[in-house]
Amino acid sequence: MSKWNLIIDLENCTNCNMCVLACQDEHVDNTFPGYAEEMPKHGSRWIEIMRKERGQAPMIDVAYLPVMCQHCDDAPCIKAAENDAISKRDDGIVIIDPVKAKGQKQLVESCPYGAIWWNDDLQLPQHWIFDAHLLDDGWKQPRAASVCATEAIFAKKVDDAEMAKIAEAEGLEVLSPEHGTKPRVYYKNLYRYNKCFIGGSVAAENNGTADCVKDASVKLLKGSDVIAEATTDVFGDFKFDRLDENSGGYKVEITADGFGPKSVDVELGESVTLGDIYL
Amino acid sequence: MGSLMFSLMLFGLRLLIWMQTMRYQAFRDRLKEKNFTAQMKTKDNSVGRWFKFQDGKVTSGSGIKSDADITLTFKTSEIAVRLLMPPIDQLEQINAMKDFLLSLEGPDELTSWFTQTVMMTQTVGWKYGVDMGGGVTRFANMTNGGPVFLYVKDNKLIRITPIDFDENDPEPWTIEARGKTFKPPRKTTLAPHGMNWKSMLNSPDRLLYPMKRVDFDPNGERNPQNRGISGYERISWDEALDMVAGEIKRIKKEHGPGAIANSHGSHHTWGNVGYYLSADFKFINAVGMTRVLHNPDSWEGWYWGASHHWGGSLRVGQTETYGTVEDLLKEAEMVVFWSSNPEGTSGAYGSLEGTVRRKWLKELDIDIVHIDPYYNDSAQFLGGKWLAPKPASSPALAMAIANVWIEEDLYDKDYVRDRTTGFDKWHDYIMGKEDGIAKTPEWAEPETDLKAKEIRALARKWGNRKVYLAAGGWGNGHGGACRNQTGIQWSRSLVCLMAMQGLGKPGVNMGNLQWGTPVDTNFYFPGYAEGGMSGDLHHTAMSVELYQRMPQLPSMNTVEQAIPRLWLPEAIIDGKAEGYAWDGKSIEAQFNKISYPKPGYSPVKMLYKIGGSLISTMADSNRHVKMYQSENLEFCVSQAIWHEGESKFADIILPACTNFERPDISEWAALGGYAFHGQTQLNSRVAIFQHQAIQPMGESKSDYVIFSEICERLGLSAYFTEGISELDWAKRMFDGSDLPQIISWKDFIRKGYVVIPPEQPELRDPVSWNWYYEDRKKDVPEPMPLPSDYKDEYLKGIQTQSGKIEFEASSLKRFDANDPERPPVVKYNNPYGGAEAEKYPLRMITPHPRFSFHTQGDAKDSFVNNIKDHRVEVDGYYYWIIRINAEDAAERGIKMHDLVKVHNDQGAVVCAALVTQRLPRGATHGYESCAIYEPLGEPGNSVDRGGILNLLTPKKSQIKKGHSMGNSTALVEIELWDGKAEHDVTSSIAAPEKEPVPAE
Repeated sequence: MSKWNLIIDLENCTNCNMCVLACQDEHVDNTFPGYAEEMPKHGSRWIEIMRKERGQAPMIDVAYLPVMCQHCDDAPCIKAAENDAISKRDDGIVIIDPVKAKGQKQLVESCPYGAIWWNDDLQLPQHWIFDAHLLDDGWKQPRAASVCATEAIFAKKVDDAEMAKIAEAEGLEVLSPEHGTKPRVYYKNLYRYNKCFIGGSVAAENNGTADCVKDASVKLLKGSDVIAEATTDVFGDFKFDRLDENSGGYKVEITADGFGPKSVDVELGESVTLGDIYL
Repeated sequence: MGSLMFSLMLFGLRLLIWMQTMRYQAFRDRLKEKNFTAQMKTKDNSVGRWFKFQDGKVTSGSGIKSDADITLTFKTSEIAVRLLMPPIDQLEQINAMKDFLLSLEGPDELTSWFTQTVMMTQTVGWKYGVDMGGGVTRFANMTNGGPVFLYVKDNKLIRITPIDFDENDPEPWTIEARGKTFKPPRKTTLAPHGMNWKSMLNSPDRLLYPMKRVDFDPNGERNPQNRGISGYERISWDEALDMVAGEIKRIKKEHGPGAIANSHGSHHTWGNVGYYLSADFKFINAVGMTRVLHNPDSWEGWYWGASHHWGGSLRVGQTETYGTVEDLLKEAEMVVFWSSNPEGTSGAYGSLEGTVRRKWLKELDIDIVHIDPYYNDSAQFLGGKWLAPKPASSPALAMAIANVWIEEDLYDKDYVRDRTTGFDKWHDYIMGKEDGIAKTPEWAEPETDLKAKEIRALARKWGNRKVYLAAGGWGNGHGGACRNQTGIQWSRSLVCLMAMQGLGKPGVNMGNLQWGTPVDTNFYFPGYAEGGMSGDLHHTAMSVELYQRMPQLPSMNTVEQAIPRLWLPEAIIDGKAEGYAWDGKSIEAQFNKISYPKPGYSPVKMLYKIGGSLISTMADSNRHVKMYQSENLEFCVSQAIWHEGESKFADIILPACTNFERPDISEWAALGGYAFHGQTQLNSRVAIFQHQAIQPMGESKSDYVIFSEICERLGLSAYFTEGISELDWAKRMFDGSDLPQIISWKDFIRKGYVVIPPEQPELRDPVSWNWYYEDRKKDVPEPMPLPSDYKDEYLKGIQTQSGKIEFEASSLKRFDANDPERPPVVKYNNPYGGAEAEKYPLRMITPHPRFSFHTQGDAKDSFVNNIKDHRVEVDGYYYWIIRINAEDAAERGIKMHDLVKVHNDQGAVVCAALVTQRLPRGATHGYESCAIYEPLGEPGNSVDRGGILNLLTPKKSQIKKGHSMGNSTALVEIELWDGKAEHDVTSSIAAPEKEPVPAE
């Protein structure tokens, strides 16, 4: 049985907001009986883009994370719904029944992803419906995917075993797996949102002139273990990424031809740009 | 024989009218509009037929009716037959008008209705759009953000989508580079402001009926001092148009030529017939108006600066754009994005077409450097090294790079010797031989706030490598740092850098994959700058090709007076202004000084304003408030779609409809003229029949119809319209283009779009500048420079005096060798300093917005206001965003989304703070051109919360001997907003007294 999944690659999300706008275009002022009532023009973000800045100028990284209904296979909202107001379709898509769900504000709280939005005018909990109404009508992709210029968002209809293989091969993750809800939305390069880096620039002075040091060898140590190695580029820059936030003390050791070794201790909270390190 | 034939044709017309009445409700409705008698006849009255229209019924008879209301007369039967016999030859028709072989007598409202009704017999049966079932029709249209399908049911727009190509559409091109194959997807992309259109169409700010300012009385008190303060009341179209036409006549008679000025924005809603360069230009020329002469707004530094070194005046100082996508992907080792954010600016009209190609840049692992005070959207997407110079300090960085190249022998000496002139002068300035100051990285460090070691590392990495330089959003200039007070220096310096690296060598060129795709550039469809139906051979690019292909009446403005746009308020208030013309025909044309008023002309007394964007796009724009409130302006009319910006200062408002509510024709990203072959931004060329997808909302009308109806009141409608509707013009443009070679009209208007097949690989355009590098004749398909501008043999060399890239510009030596602002060799001079910088320590950059197209899309209660990087809602109001470095914010006690006052001596704007690491300390960033001006107190003299950062930007032209805005960097201070509406504004222009009158 093939089911819908959504794959979102943070590497290709430019924050253009086309998915957000397409969702508003599709749902504001439009009612699709059995699928969704109209979306409020303001205040609801059925697709929401989260921003993450890492590091400090001038060595930073900025990533965007589109978040929407995760169409979980073990969806807490289904359990929280009275009157069978929320159902799981055979193709994996979760639908909040726009009639049965009326007045059930508790559903907003039930979603650990904050992806159910309360429509105050209609007294209705609402979510991103994967454009099920269009897929049922023969469309090949939900609108969020078809407007994406970089294919940062792409829907795949495959059976669960196949999807598990794809996830394994491409390093896909789900958002906040600790919720245990088995989301059908997968993320690639999620580290750019939820991990952190230590970076810096290696330089040296020669006869009073400062220069970047290229090809310096940089090691990252946790205790006495070398956990990563890097080589500086022409700007003397190095970066160790995919580290856990608040993961404690690290040591950065730098060696380069013609210079004595240098080390810097780092207590890692969020991403840190060490700035210039002179040998 | 001719008489018989003509009689038969007239009888045929009678039959046709009868037949179409039987067949089409729309035609029956049309016939109910007027009651009168028309007749068509020969001059000698030997043949004639009358048509009586009465309550929707048509009767007709042969013979002459002396009491006919209107009469269409042909000189002879033979001429009538020749002109009316299908297929109609447009050129013959135009020639007949020019040769006075036919005449049209009677009131304009009837003649124009009659000719258009006759045309309607041909068009009324046309079928538009694709039936999608369930009562839904899929139409096509074009936005500034790209082509779209419009799904419409019961005259309601349901959804907008980009276009997915069907199986019959041609395959896009393929590029092989470094062992990989690259092919763009079979669909169009859309920019965010295009995706936003449904909410713009249905905006509560739409102007739905004509309005008059409540305290404006053309026959009594006009109260100009209350413009921007008083409210409006609804009036009828007849009242509005009679008043506008009446004022046009009165002002022309009372004051003489030149007393009416016409001012439009730099853009319009898309469509070649309705565009301002088409319909408005014809209107300007028909009425005779003082033109508000545009500065080259997104090209500034390139036009006033770079063109003196490398020519390109007809591209406004920017450069050739051919074949660079393939060359970059195959050859380049690095791309330097310098004030270049194509992901944020969508190539102006290029949608997100370049985005997929820049994704390939990542796949090929080509090194990338971003030089921009803001870690911009392209840096976010592409990664690479970010160098964040202090705003407006980039010329110093460029000079320091040149210094390292010279010092370390990292430039192409053969190229400099053979293909350039004047290097020794540049060398001496850079190395300090001229002024004793070597422009070293250490010299540049305090200027730029970049570390000398990084400047040196960049120069070393760049020198003698194959590097593409991407300047501005297009990569060949355009936008970005060319619009600040050092923009001319920056653009000139970059040309010098490229001249040192061998511009035109494989892999060494200008670009960022935004322009230069291998589409078929030889397939003709006119760009909007070709002037549509304007007949204007002087101010559009029509004479190059469209005039011959789509014959039409020429039009010419008899008023030669013009106002340099940057000084429009001064021209009105002080009664004088001086500037220089933007005229691309030669490098030297920019030396033409224009003065207002022009001797013998009247000062401007009436302003006809199209749209209302100048108050947010021009510098120090509180000046515009003062201008509108000046009693020197007796009458202001605003023709606009939304009630925002300057429409709130008009006396009469004429509601225009959007391009979804009128028919038109166009091609995606086809600018023509100054941005020739803009379609090379695209992965596939797409021409669109812009369906009238829904009826005009409220009582709004298309610009074309509004102009026509004013012209009717001036007896000019036949001249303005040539007797046809905008739909007929669209058909004429189709016929004049190459489109009939690939699609029939019937299929085109049904489907709404056609994909123009890509060029065959072996016939693709050559790479820009490569001919120059190899010292061959110019071989890229652009008709510029003009033939007489070649100095050697035609097509040999470039437009400069030497025919080579000139480090020392001959044109500037000839014009004014001692101009300290623009010396023949570019020199560094940064005006952002001194006492003002101590008072206002932050350098604010105001680049083009990402989510709106200038003012189009912003505010209007539209979808984009929900975008977290566009506006931020605080207490129910959507505030414009100002981005501020985290440490600068902390020092000022500013936290994320706090309301702050951005201010200087010129004014104050309330914004929501976005605290970020994407700016270095001392820099702040907010987009230019929001749509709304919302002063909290007295207009022009209080805090604005609409978000117009241009209230704070310097109005000074970059150079005195130019007409060059330099407002994309300004000095400001930011503090937490105290909630007060007052702010003392220092202005040279005094504010008049005001007595507000409430709106009804």
